[in-house]
Amino acid sequence: MKRTGAQIIWEVLTREGVEIVFGYPGGAILPTYDAMLDYPVRHVLTRHEQGAAHAADGYARASGKVGVAMATSGPGATNLVTGIATAMMDSSPIVCITGQVASGAIGSDAFQETDVTGITLPITKHNYLVTRTEDIGPTLREAFYIARSGRPGPVLVDIAKDAQQGTVDWEWDDTPVSLPGYRPDLRVLPDEIKRAVELINAAERPVILAGHGVIMSGAMSVLREFVEKTQIPVAVTLLGIGGFPASHPLNLGMMGMHGEAWVNTAIQEADLLLAFGMRFDDRVTGNLKTYAPYARKIHVDIDPSEINKNVRVDVGIVGDLRETLETLLPAVEAGDRKAWLEYIDELKGDSAVRDIQRLPDSGHLYTAHVINDLWHYTNGEALVVTDVGQHQMWEAQYYRHDKPRTLITSGGLGTMGFGLPAAIGAKFARPDAEVWAIVGDGGFQMTASELSTCAQEGIKINIAVINNNFLGMVRQWQEFFYKRRYAATPMHNPDFIKLAEAHGLTGLRCTSRGEIEKVVRQAQETEGTVLIEFQVEREDAVYPMVPAGADLHAMIRRPQPRAGTADDPA
Amino acid sequence: MAEKNVNEKQTFVVYVEDKPGVLNRVASLFRRRAFNIESLTVGHTERPGVSRMTIVVNADDMTARRIEANLYKLVNVLRVENVTHEPTVVRDLALVKVRVGSDTRAQVLQIADVFRARVVDFNNDSVIVEVTGTESKVESLIDVLRPYGIIEMVRTGIVAMGRGPDAPAISPEFVSARVPEEAVAR
Repeated sequence: MKRTGAQIIWEVLTREGVEIVFGYPGGAILPTYDAMLDYPVRHVLTRHEQGAAHAADGYARASGKVGVAMATSGPGATNLVTGIATAMMDSSPIVCITGQVASGAIGSDAFQETDVTGITLPITKHNYLVTRTEDIGPTLREAFYIARSGRPGPVLVDIAKDAQQGTVDWEWDDTPVSLPGYRPDLRVLPDEIKRAVELINAAERPVILAGHGVIMSGAMSVLREFVEKTQIPVAVTLLGIGGFPASHPLNLGMMGMHGEAWVNTAIQEADLLLAFGMRFDDRVTGNLKTYAPYARKIHVDIDPSEINKNVRVDVGIVGDLRETLETLLPAVEAGDRKAWLEYIDELKGDSAVRDIQRLPDSGHLYTAHVINDLWHYTNGEALVVTDVGQHQMWEAQYYRHDKPRTLITSGGLGTMGFGLPAAIGAKFARPDAEVWAIVGDGGFQMTASELSTCAQEGIKINIAVINNNFLGMVRQWQEFFYKRRYAATPMHNPDFIKLAEAHGLTGLRCTSRGEIEKVVRQAQETEGTVLIEFQVEREDAVYPMVPAGADLHAMIRRPQPRAGTADDPA
Repeated sequence: MAEKNVNEKQTFVVYVEDKPGVLNRVASLFRRRAFNIESLTVGHTERPGVSRMTIVVNADDMTARRIEANLYKLVNVLRVENVTHEPTVVRDLALVKVRVGSDTRAQVLQIADVFRARVVDFNNDSVIVEVTGTESKVESLIDVLRPYGIIEMVRTGIVAMGRGPDAPAISPEFVSARVPEEAVAR
């Protein structure tokens, strides 16, 4: 059947199961937007293309499906870049479709022309420039296949305007995509399994490091079986949160720079690390020279280039984590690691005393209180999307996630401005979920224009703006490492309540711990998107903290509360 | 743990799809991962649509494995073969334009002869010497010619091919995940 390139785009998208596209129209993508009206696809108009990319990313992470963002050429395409880089670092499957100037004009510095395939080459899993109508169908199918298979990631398809306008005979073709140089199905070698089993059975002080790969490969239940059989405790990475229930007695909590003290200590004293779908980022290892010095290491990852990248391992297994664990499970011996677990329990004791949760209500509002209470009043079942900074770390520490895909956060790239648009995408992926965007006052204002998107689409999310009138995490570094010289971190903010109201949304304010329940309940009961501004302690810091590049066990701990201070008004 | 950690020249033969931008993808990978390219050559193969690159990099064995794994992540890369430790024919070609006068012409021609180089251009004031061989042979010739005055010079960078009747399959069904053997043996 004769179809235009624009029609082929929507044919492929709908065949690939796409129900929603986040985007922003413009000249070079206009033919595609025009054809869109004839297809059963919902389009969400974000207020900036960066928002579209983050929303597609949030949608992908909440659903496990491929998210789609669309933009025009030139500035439209370059505005996607931060969102694409975010998805790349966190292995999130998105397909970005951009319009390009007509093929004859490419290279002439035409109006709104930019070399977006060149720009995004290092931040996409793969990208394409399509200049012929007949190439659109096969290319888009490859794009979806590459985005979702193997180690997922973003794929960009740049389509010249004349290719969108041209007409060819085209039918959907069900034959599987075949790319000769792309082999995502890596088979696990029996030899490696055998060596891993030997190390696991012999280990006395093992720790599992569970990363994003647990969630992406759907390995949650087999991981749980494995853990319960072997009695090996689990530490999670930021993106691994939710892959193993927080309430499980063998879940130690988060590792790394702002990980729990006992977790980092356990890793440093372990005799075996089992790294499952994580990549030894510098934020979880600290100083590599002193990292886990007594531990042998088993690394399971779907990406061969991750093995031995940062940390030298004894056994590297390349393959799908779920399949690998299914192979390992019957082969490993049931374990009794009581002495090791009791030792870790002892380590916990000291930290619990310092925990801010134990501090009495002093009239000051701490973010940790806000997150803890929010966890409580949402029954631990909210889908939380965070921005980046102090509030993100407190979320990871105090909101206890039992289910996968209930915490969506920018880990690898640490993208401020991610929270609100990603929450919008997540809400479309899971319309029945109670979605909370937890954002700082800094990051929120980077993409606050997406409040309009919430209003226009009539969606219900709750936005908790953690306002300390500072770029809090940078301020904390200045406090610790730059003698409290607060260069460019204090913020003079707008009236966030009025800002919400100007968008036709509800705005609430909370200034003390006693009010938290009331505002949370009110937000839950109010129709439409609600913004709550939590005015929190201005100079609170996230503890513990491993300074960048320091030894993992060299943590800065929360000071003991001192009598007569704001921390302890006794 | 028998591991070589010294940097040495590692030679890769890489089959890639002959598509626009593939050279850029490979070069960009080396740049962003901070792998140091010594030499990169690319040309057609016996199979239409497939190009062959010879890439020489300064790297230890562990880094070489990472380079290989990263190259395989590029969708257009079909096959990567590290031939550093294989019996291989390695060739570099240079054209060297040397200044000559009536007193030095004979000497230069004689040098070319000794190196089995060919003189491909000849006039009163200069000759162009074409030499093919290993990098070290080419470099020795250049060193010997330098005192006569090199006017200009161009080199192709090296190409490599394994000895014997076999060739790496251009597009194998299965590529085993490349985990460094040193780590395995520990």
